[in-house]
Amino acid sequence: MTTTTTMTGVKDGTGAPVFHLTEEHDHDGGSTVIGFWMFLMSDVLLFAGLFAIYAWLGGHYAGGPSPSDLFRLPLVAANTAIMLLSSFTCGLGMLETGKGQAGAALKWFGVTALLGICFLYNQVTEYEHLQQAGATYQTSAFLSSFITLIITHSIHVIVGVVWVGVLALQVFQHGLIEANRRRVLCFSMFWNFLDITWVCVFVFVYLMGVLK
Amino acid sequence: MSADSPPLDPIFGRLTLDAFPIHEPILVATFAVVVLAGLSVAGALTYFRLWVPLWRDWITTVDHKRIGIMYIVLALIMLLRGFADAVMMRLQQAMAFNGSDGYLPAHHFDQIFTAHGVIMIFFVATPLIVGVMNFVIPLQIGARDVSFPYLNNLGFWLTAVAAILVNVSLFVGEFSQAGWVGEPPLSGLDASPGVGVDYYLWALQISGAGTLIGGINLLATIIKMRAPGMSFMRMPIFCWTSLCVNALIVLSFPFLTISITLLTLDRLIGTHFFTTDLGGNPMAYVNLVWVWGHPEVYILILPALGVFSEVVPVLCGKRLFGYTSMVYATVSITVIGFVVWLHHFFTMGSGASVNGFFGLMTALIAIPTGVKVYNWLFTMYRGRVRMETPMVWTVAFMFTFLLGGLSGVLCSIPALDFQLHNSLVLVAHFHNVAIGAIVFAMMAAIDFWFPKAFGFRLDPFWGRLSAYFWTGGFFVAFMPLYIAGVMGTTRRTRVFDDPSLQIWFIIAAIGSLLIFIGVLCFLIQIYVSIRNREALRDVTGDAWGNGRTLEWSTSSPPPDYNFAFTPVAHDVDAWANMKDHGYSRPLDGFNAVHMPRNTSVGIIVSVLTLIFSFAIVWYMWLVAAVSFGLMVLVSIGHTFNYNRSFHIPADQVARTEGERTRLLAQQG
Repeated sequence: MTTTTTMTGVKDGTGAPVFHLTEEHDHDGGSTVIGFWMFLMSDVLLFAGLFAIYAWLGGHYAGGPSPSDLFRLPLVAANTAIMLLSSFTCGLGMLETGKGQAGAALKWFGVTALLGICFLYNQVTEYEHLQQAGATYQTSAFLSSFITLIITHSIHVIVGVVWVGVLALQVFQHGLIEANRRRVLCFSMFWNFLDITWVCVFVFVYLMGVLK
Repeated sequence: MSADSPPLDPIFGRLTLDAFPIHEPILVATFAVVVLAGLSVAGALTYFRLWVPLWRDWITTVDHKRIGIMYIVLALIMLLRGFADAVMMRLQQAMAFNGSDGYLPAHHFDQIFTAHGVIMIFFVATPLIVGVMNFVIPLQIGARDVSFPYLNNLGFWLTAVAAILVNVSLFVGEFSQAGWVGEPPLSGLDASPGVGVDYYLWALQISGAGTLIGGINLLATIIKMRAPGMSFMRMPIFCWTSLCVNALIVLSFPFLTISITLLTLDRLIGTHFFTTDLGGNPMAYVNLVWVWGHPEVYILILPALGVFSEVVPVLCGKRLFGYTSMVYATVSITVIGFVVWLHHFFTMGSGASVNGFFGLMTALIAIPTGVKVYNWLFTMYRGRVRMETPMVWTVAFMFTFLLGGLSGVLCSIPALDFQLHNSLVLVAHFHNVAIGAIVFAMMAAIDFWFPKAFGFRLDPFWGRLSAYFWTGGFFVAFMPLYIAGVMGTTRRTRVFDDPSLQIWFIIAAIGSLLIFIGVLCFLIQIYVSIRNREALRDVTGDAWGNGRTLEWSTSSPPPDYNFAFTPVAHDVDAWANMKDHGYSRPLDGFNAVHMPRNTSVGIIVSVLTLIFSFAIVWYMWLVAAVSFGLMVLVSIGHTFNYNRSFHIPADQVARTEGERTRLLAQQG
């Protein structure tokens, strides 16, 4: 029996309504991407909360250092460039994935992870600089909210780097099968989200902080 | 933690023998009872050789029906705990007049009102609605399971271990004394240096993660797994309210995560988000937590409204009145629910315009809610109303909820709220809606879908009796609180000065006794129903005789795969429509069914989470690091498992369906 599905209902060849499907359709993994989208949306809101707190408490220096005392824009600009570049290489990896080129895709994702590690290295340097300037998360509400925001972002980057490692192993084991393509797609969504978040941090925290 | 304090033991942290309350007789007795109960349950499981089935069919299950039932069982157990707290508070307040100090010391009383709120919201109401949603949604949308079966299992176990963590605090250390939303500076390290607030924060963190995971899962399920033909405007109203609820969960729980994480950082590493010094601002926490907290109220109420929208048409034998307006009302409540949070603290002093806006938005919510009430009434109008137990709960709800809604509108007026804020009027108001809508709805839901889950109905006599006692008890217990509140009594008060108020607290205590009888009737109802299950059995699958939605089209209890063939919906009331067309159940041509495989990863990760959180609470850094590392490893390890589904062979499906055919024929 041939059935046609429309929004108004399912009919068989003669036009009579059909009340059940006689064939089985596997829907394995069909929800993964939308589910991951929703997770990312909730993560966006997590950062929204952190930004909101920074907007509120970011000016509370409590006699301690202020953004213009601490922020070194050249380093942060370089880090922003690294982050943007890593999104580009991640995109190249996605193109190779689309073509089914597992080796080339892994190469680009490897570069993405390396750039992520460079970014993290710079973040550590930046953090040490803050420590030397006597600016810790215990100094003032401004520093608490600022450091929590950038460390939350860095934790996400660490998760992303580990994820690349795990993905590489899995693609190596099974090749670019359907399940792995989905995972690669989710990773790429995640990485681009990190990039966008960092751009927001750069603009709203660093640039506007120095302007103040 | 100051720098010169002695280094903590890496294994035991600040946990010493003093943490065990061996000097408090109430707690020692409770502990003995819990241990005895635990041992007898374990003994019974061993005697009846149930450990293996328990592990295989329940603990590691990914079946949404079983997970739903486990959520509800967890909620009912925690209801008893939360209710015991309520009775203790009512007794204390009825006694503590005329110079009497009552029987509870302040340290204990403050823990009890905090635990009562936390347990009732996070471990009773939330698991109840999540459990009912889990059980009902896939059946109503004609699906075989949820989008993410493993996450469903994990979400349940995270909620369960969070509940365990709260109960551990009863016997090891103490619980928070800072109220159910834990507002600083009271919940800060200076005012609450003990482990109580830490227990509270980690229990919320874990159960919040569990709820968020569950929310994403159910949202994806409703969007992606509806039966063919079931467009959004053909979904049963319960699915619509669930869709909105899970959207609210995904949108609001991140704010809970943020607020309690930052408070944890304040307490753990000395940041200054919500402290009163070095630029911190406690009101930042209050705002942030209520950005989650108010949507949470609607997260709990919307499924309740959905349940009534299912009960009323079935038990009145009529199509639901105003389906479309019901959908729009639900969506309006969802949206407006996000812009009312400030009404929890009009007294913050944000100015007339801001207070005016939030007051107006709060009052506005009464309109879509009113639309719903009228729709139910018009559904009943000229319907064939059958006063079965779920309908008794529904009618009780309509009266109680109307009153609760009106007192809510009263509180939404900022000028009045300045008087009523922090008074017992507030306590009376939110119990008016929490009991009158959420509890009544969930009792109705349990009664309504119990035959679907177990194949026999619940005893109607004890069910009705439970409804009468709950309803009567509610009015006796909470109307006096409105009166005492208007006269200025503040909430969370342990001892009173004004003897003229005592009468109201004595009446309230009698009310809580009546509710207690209601709870007992419910437990007796379950016992009696299990005993008389043969007389109450329903083999048709359509236990109320005129079910309208797809869950009533399959057997009771449904087979693992829910539907032998994927149903097709042509109408909102898909099953009623199928019956109208003289649909007959297919008897052959069964296919193999693709199903997810059980997994033990959910419980393993959750137990590790429990160990991790307990270790953090007590500053056991080594244990915390090891359990966290294991948690990450097990979770990553799980992603290497690609073999997550299997097929139920066609002949097994044919056998199961054949058995049902035989039973149906037997019944005639």
